[in-house]
This record gives sequence, structure tokens and C-alpha cells, in this order.
Amino acid sequence: MLDTALWISLALILMALMLNVYRMTVGPSMPDRLLALDTMYVNSIALIVLMGLWLNSKTYFEAALLIAMLGFISTVAVCKYLLRGDIIE
Amino acid sequence: MTLLWIPLLTLLGVLAPMCLERYGRNLCSLGTATPPAIALLLALNQVPALMAGEVPRIAISWIPQLGLDLAFRLDGLSLLFLTLILGIGLLIILYARYYLAPEEPFGRFNAYLMLFMLSMVGIVMADNLLLLWVFWEMTSLSSFLLIGFWSSQSDARKGARMALTVTGAGGLALLAGFLLIGDMVGSFNVGVVLDSADVILADPRYPIMLVLVLIGAFAKSAQFPFQFWLPHAMAAPTPVSAYLHSATMVKAGIFLLARLHPAIGDSAMWGWLVTLTGMTTFLYGGWFALLKTDLKGILAFSTVSHLGLITALLGIGSPMAILAALFHILNHATFKAALFMCSGIIDHEAGTRELAKLGGLRRAMPITALLMSLAAAAMAGVPLLNGFLSKEMFFKETLDAGLLGGLGWLLPLLATLGGVLSVAYSLRLVHSVFFKPAKTAPPKHPHEPPRLMRVPVEFLVMICVAVGLFPAVLATGLLNLATEAVLGRHLEFHLAIWHGVNAPLIMSLVALGCGVALYGVHPSIRRFVRQFATTDARMIFENSIQRLVARSQSLTERLENGSLQRYMSLLLGAALLLATLGLLELPQLAGGMPEGELDGVLILGAALLIFGALGTVVTHRYRLVSLLMLSVVGLVVSLTFARFSAPDLALTQLSVEVVTMILLMLALFFLPQKTPRESSAHRTIRDIALASALGMVVASLNYAVLTREIDSISRFFIDNSVPGGGGHNVVNVILVDFRGFDTLGEITVLAIAGLAIFKLLNRLRLFMPHSDAEGRVWSPDRYPMILTSVSQWLLPLALLVSVFIFLRGHNQPGGGFIAGLVTAVALILIYMARGVEWTQSRLDFPYQLVAIGGVAVATLTGLGSWLFGRPFLTSAFGHFKLPLIGEFELATAMLFDLGVYLAVVGATLMILANLGKVTTPHRPTKDAQPATSKEKS
Repeated sequence: MLDTALWISLALILMALMLNVYRMTVGPSMPDRLLALDTMYVNSIALIVLMGLWLNSKTYFEAALLIAMLGFISTVAVCKYLLRGDIIE
Repeated sequence: MTLLWIPLLTLLGVLAPMCLERYGRNLCSLGTATPPAIALLLALNQVPALMAGEVPRIAISWIPQLGLDLAFRLDGLSLLFLTLILGIGLLIILYARYYLAPEEPFGRFNAYLMLFMLSMVGIVMADNLLLLWVFWEMTSLSSFLLIGFWSSQSDARKGARMALTVTGAGGLALLAGFLLIGDMVGSFNVGVVLDSADVILADPRYPIMLVLVLIGAFAKSAQFPFQFWLPHAMAAPTPVSAYLHSATMVKAGIFLLARLHPAIGDSAMWGWLVTLTGMTTFLYGGWFALLKTDLKGILAFSTVSHLGLITALLGIGSPMAILAALFHILNHATFKAALFMCSGIIDHEAGTRELAKLGGLRRAMPITALLMSLAAAAMAGVPLLNGFLSKEMFFKETLDAGLLGGLGWLLPLLATLGGVLSVAYSLRLVHSVFFKPAKTAPPKHPHEPPRLMRVPVEFLVMICVAVGLFPAVLATGLLNLATEAVLGRHLEFHLAIWHGVNAPLIMSLVALGCGVALYGVHPSIRRFVRQFATTDARMIFENSIQRLVARSQSLTERLENGSLQRYMSLLLGAALLLATLGLLELPQLAGGMPEGELDGVLILGAALLIFGALGTVVTHRYRLVSLLMLSVVGLVVSLTFARFSAPDLALTQLSVEVVTMILLMLALFFLPQKTPRESSAHRTIRDIALASALGMVVASLNYAVLTREIDSISRFFIDNSVPGGGGHNVVNVILVDFRGFDTLGEITVLAIAGLAIFKLLNRLRLFMPHSDAEGRVWSPDRYPMILTSVSQWLLPLALLVSVFIFLRGHNQPGGGFIAGLVTAVALILIYMARGVEWTQSRLDFPYQLVAIGGVAVATLTGLGSWLFGRPFLTSAFGHFKLPLIGEFELATAMLFDLGVYLAVVGATLMILANLGKVTTPHRPTKDAQPATSKEKS
């Protein structure tokens, strides 16, 4: 049962990642691309946790934690850059 | 130990003038002269030991792998030269006190002089050939500084450069010769080498070695065909000429010949090469000394000539010839140094050294005239002066040389001819300066120099006379010791003025008589010679040097034209070639290992990676888009690390990604948003081809490596991580323990880089765009509320996580580096969300100190192991128990890791926060004080 669920979720996440890349490539605006990257980070968290479940390993957890905690900061930096140019003022 | 003090004291003398310069010249001279004076006394104090047949030595191991020891010896030969170097050196210091003009940097001059003295002392005392060579090169360098002392004069610069080039090139040949000797004998120890003459002479490489060593010695001692640098080195201040170019440096080559004579001198090749070179130089120098019109020029060529005489004696090599050579070294040093000092006095007091402008000076400076006449008479070989004795011995040895077979009579003939020349130029020197009536008045009104300036000359001339009158009493002792050192046995000899009427005496008299006659006719000779085109050695030398420089420059420009793309393509091309050659040698690509299983996630990950990389390249002109694409690559790489069980790498990569993004955003603000199109179609094709080829080759290489069993060193680390380092996380144990020294170096570099950026930023004024690339004005919302609240909530969480990552780092994924990055990122987020003003009023500490403190903590941890008598950075660990907490482990590696953590936090924030502050009033300033603290005060 769990395997099936994992399999379906993994497939969906991978599909989501591909769509993120599509949005990133096509744009059209910078915020579109940026959001696509941010979503990729979020999806990566899911991917890592799912992989951990699938391979029955705990070592993946920290990577997920770190992405969750820090991943958005690059997004913030780019956002601030797009809005204000100067990110530390 | 006394031996070590002789060079050490001269080394001390290098520092003394620099420290004492401000207290006036007298004290400076006195301070400079004291250490060598003590050194001279120490050396003379060894005489009783030497008389007893001992050779005091001292050896301290320096680089044993190379056979280089700090080894010194003091035998009779060293003593003879030490007396010259230190004794004349002291006189020169006194002389220079009055010679240099008041505005000239006196302390620097004395320091150079002492540096030179140190290197000469090193040469004559070295008991290791390599050490001797090190000092040998030091004489080249210090003489460069001394010759070029008047660096505003083009002559001085060119002369110094020429001397350095010639003697330096000779030095390289000498090194090659020494290495060959070391290879033949198996040791560089001078004592061992001197005892291994049979091994060296029997070796088939002997001729090569001999030529190399002789090139070195001849270049230094200005022997033909390297004689040309010495006259040009006369651009030096006169004390330098008197010291370097008469008494010491040019004698270094001769010293070397004498020193190595027992080991390499017993062959026909030595006899031929050395004797003939010496004789050629003897005549060449004498001839040109007769033609020169500049006082120092005459002295320079006469020095060349006398050096040739000594070389010829060493070439003849019989015990009595060696004795004569050593005796003449002593005599030449005394009369030539006196002559140089006299010429300096004349230059100083009359304002010129040109013979044409001088004349009749005996009335104005009678005492100098007397002194110079006596010294010149010694040089000419007039009886009752020291030069006569050694020159007569030289004549005798040429008669007994036994070289040249049936043409053996040629040597005495040439020797007499050289004697004639030296009488003629000595006479000319004295006559035209002091006795011939002057045609024009000299530029200055001539008068006697200050009393003390003449003292060194008086002293030297006194020695000339005294040795000339009582040779047996005054010179026998020193010469006894010196010949014993060269010959290895005691030599019975008796120095006397009168040997009865014999061939050498007749040769001397002929030389004197003909020399006077030659001086009488020398104006017509000079008229005759003037018909020949003169070739200036310096022009030829400069010309060839400039051609060499031009050629090297064009070659350099062809290889290194400043285009980074070109370097990159060359580098990658070379790598491609080598890797391809390696791959071609493989029987097949795949090794025996089974391939790993593929699944959908891996395939998609690889596809994303490739897509991201291609996207980065394709969009590279739109910088922000390209950066986003690059982030995709970074993210997938981190995921790959995680997937293939490298959690440490994954964590590091993730935090580095974030930091990189922030840095690039900070920098991109000041940069153009688009890269202009620069590459031609041609170049694009070339780059695509190169990149694809390299990609294919590297991929094949990876595949080949991954499918083979490889025996790497990783097993060692995995096995020793727990027993040796006390940690289960091998990566961390490697970083802080096994390879702790590397890590220490890396964090030091990181801290230095941070400091450099800090320093570079503090004067930077940047253009700030007022709208984005599309011309939209910036948003008015400086600190968005959501961001400010989230960032504040995140900080404690991030700090907690970094403490967690830090603490468990030794056993599980994590460590100081990642923890440091996490902390830094969280702090930077606060800066972004709240601005510098807000952050700095709450978080005001200089990151420079944090970074430096981190390096200090790590270094001190390493040094701590010295307290326990262990090597640097030895780690210790133990398990402890505390109530409530239970058992835990403490390791010194943790303290080291704390240093890493602090260095990373400090350096990262130093770079990012200060780059962020560039646009604010809190920008980095020169005095490195935060702006707020100034406002507060």
C-alpha cells in the first residue's frame, strides 16, 4: 500500500519538477522564473523525504530541513533584487 | 660555538647601522664596526688551535634531505681570507664615514656593506659546498646593491646589472659543478670532498664538472673572457670598489680555486685551463690598464691583471706556486685597497678621476702622494715592498712550471711582459696624477683629506712596507697556516728579500727597466691604438641583453596574451589531449564492476542537470536568467549528493548555493544586466567543439573509473576515523583531524580573502542605478513586513540548527563549516529584511575580529598539542559522563571546529554584509570602525 502511494507521489513530484523547469525556461517574466525556482526547492523537499521513505533511510532528513530553512533565502534575495535592486540597504 | 659567532656577529652588523643611523655618523660607524671587530678577534683567537693542527668546525643540520648543513670551518685558508675580509672591511667602514656625502643614506650603505661582508665570511668559512654556494649568490646580490648604490646614475644601474648577470650566471654554473661533485663524492661536506680527490679525478664527468666550477670561479674573479664586468662595476662608490673589487669579492673565485685545489686541481686539464686563462687575463688587464684614462679604470684593469697572475699561479699548482698565490692575494689586497682609497681621496678632493684633468697634485696633497706612490710601487714590484716578493716568486714559478712542453720558455717571457706592463701603468698612475704638470685646473681646489680618512690608507701602506722589509717575521705565520690548509701538509719555506742574483731577480729588473721605458713611449702607443675601433663591452652586453629581453617578451606575448578564453582553451585542450591519450590505452571502456540500477528519479535528475547546464550557457547573456538556471544545477547537484549518501556534501552545497546567490545579487546590482555579444561565430564553433569533446572524454573517463575496482586511500580514513580521530563522521574527522593542517590553511586563506575584500571595499564609490533594466522605478517598500517577521523568527531556529549541526558534526553529517554557513545566511537574512541600520544597532560586532579569532582558536588548538609534547594539531578525545546528560564525547577537534565555524561566519559576513553596506552610510571605512559607533561618540 505504502509502496503504491510512494510510487504515485514520486511520479507526481517528478512531473511537477518538469513543469517547474518548463515555467522557468518559458518565463515570460522574471517573477515567473523565480517562482518556478522556488517551487523547485519546495518540490525537492518533498522528493528528498519521499526518497527517504522509499529507501528507508534517515540521512536524507537534514538536507530536507536545510532546504526548508534556507532555500527560500535565495528567493528572497532575488525578489529583493527585482523590487529594490539593492538587497541590503 | 665560537665559529658560529663570527658569521652571526657580521649578521648583527647588518642591523646595527639601520638602528644607529639616526644617532649620527660617528656612532653609526662605530656601531657597524664593533661586531666585525669582535668577529676578527674571535677568529684570531683560534690561531693557537690552528697552530696545533686542529681545524675547528661546527655543523648544524639545516636541510638534511638536500645534504645542506649550516656547517662552518676555520682552517688556515679561511683565516687568511677572514683577516682580509674583516680587517679591510673595518678600514673601509672608517673610510666610508668620510667618503659619502652628508645627504647620502649612510645607514643603508653600511648595511649593504655588512651584508656583503657576511656573505664573504660565509664563503670562506663554509664547510658545505651548498652552503658555500648560498653565500656565493649572496655576494652577487649584495654587490649588486652596492655597485648600484647611486641608483640615480644610469652607469651605476647598468654596471650593477652586468655584474649581477655575469656573476649570477657563473653562480649557476658553479651550482651545477657542485652538484656534480656531490654526486661523485656522495657528500657536500668540504672536508670529505677534499679527501676524495682520487674519486673525483677518476670520474668520467670530471671534465664537465671542472669546466662548470671554473666558469663560476672565473666569472666571479673577472678572468678572461668574463673580465668585462669588473671595469663597469667601477661605477660603484669608491669604498665599494676598494672593498669588493680589490680585496674581497673578486678574490672569492680565487679562494674557491684554492679551496678546491686539493680535490680537483691535480690534473693536466686544470693546469692548462687555469694557467693559460690566468696568463691571458694577466696580459689583457695589464695592456688595457696602460690605455685607460680614468683612475679607477686603470685600477680596475690592473686588478683584472693581478687576479690573472694569482690564477696562473694556482694553475701551475706546485706547493711553492700555491704559497706565492696566497702571498700575492694578501699583498694585492693591501696595496690595491690602498690605491683605490687614494683614488677615492683624489676624486673626493679634486673632483675628478680623469688623468687628463689631473696633474701636479703632489704640492696640494703631499702625504697622499707619498702613500699612493708607495702603494703603486708595491704594485709595480719595486724591491723592499711586499709586491716585489710575491711577484718574484711568481717569476720563479713560471720558470719551474713545466707546462707547454717545448714552448715552456713562453711562460716566463709572458710573465716578464706582464711585469713590464704593470710597472708601466703603475708609473703612469702616480706620475700623471702627482708629478706631471697639470694642463687644466681640477674642478675643485685640491687639498689633503680629513685626517681620519687617510688613516686606513696609511695603515695599509704601512703593511706594504713592513711586509716588504720583514717578510719572514710578518707573513710567515699566516701563510704557513694557509698553505697547510691548501696542501694538507706542512711546507718548509723561507721568505726573504735577497736570494742572490738569479733568474727571477733578473726578470724583475728587466720588468722594472722596460716598464719605465714603456711608460716613456706610451703616448705613441696610445696614438697607435686609437686607430682601432673600440668595442665597449657594455654596449655589446646591453645589446645582447636587450635582444634577449625582446625575444623573451615576444615569446611571452605569444603564449600569454591576456585573453582568459585563450588560456582556458589551451588548458582544456591540453587536458583533453592527455585524457584522450590515456583513454586510448585502455583495452575497453567498461571495467568489470556491475552497473548501478537506474530508476526514474535518477534519469529525471540527470535530465534536469543537463538541461540546467545547457540553459545556463544558452542564456548566459541575460545574467539573472542564467543565474536562475545555474541554481537549478546547484540544486540538482545537492540532491545527487544526498541520493548517493554524501549528506555532508549535500548540506555544504545547499548552504553554499544560498550564499552564492546572495553574493551575486549584491554584485549584480552594480553590474550591467546583460553581457554584450563578444564571441565571433568562429570562436563559438571552436568552443562548442572543445567543450563537447571534453565532455565526452570526461564522461568516458568517469564511466571507466566507476566501473573498475580502485584501491584508494579512503579505506585508511574509514578504518581509522573512530580509533584515531574519535568520530564516526569520516568526512568531518578528515577535515578537522587527519587533514587538519589543510583546513587550517583554508580558513586562513578565507579570512585573508575576507579582509582583502573588506579593504578593497573601503574606498569604493559605485554607480547605483535608479531603476531596473527595463526602466521601472524601484518599489517604495524597503522592508516588506512579512519578510521582516519571518526573518526574525527564523534567526533563533537557524542558530539552533547550526548549533545542532555543529555539535553532532563529529559523528554525524555536519560540522563547523556547514554550521558557520547556516549562521551567516540567517544573519544576512536579517540584514536583507531589516536593513543595515536596524541590524547594526542590535548586532554590532566587527566581523574581521570574528574571522581572525576563528583562525586564532584553530591555530591555538593546534599549538596546544605542543604543551603535551605532541606534534602540531595532534587531537585528543575522551568520553565523559555527566548526570542528566549521560555519556558524551569531547575532542580537541571540536575546539578546532569551533575555529572553523567562527572563521566561516566572520569571513562570510565580512564579505556579504560589507558589500551590502556599500550603498549605505555604514559603508566600510578606512579605520575599520563601524559607522554607528562614530555617530554614538
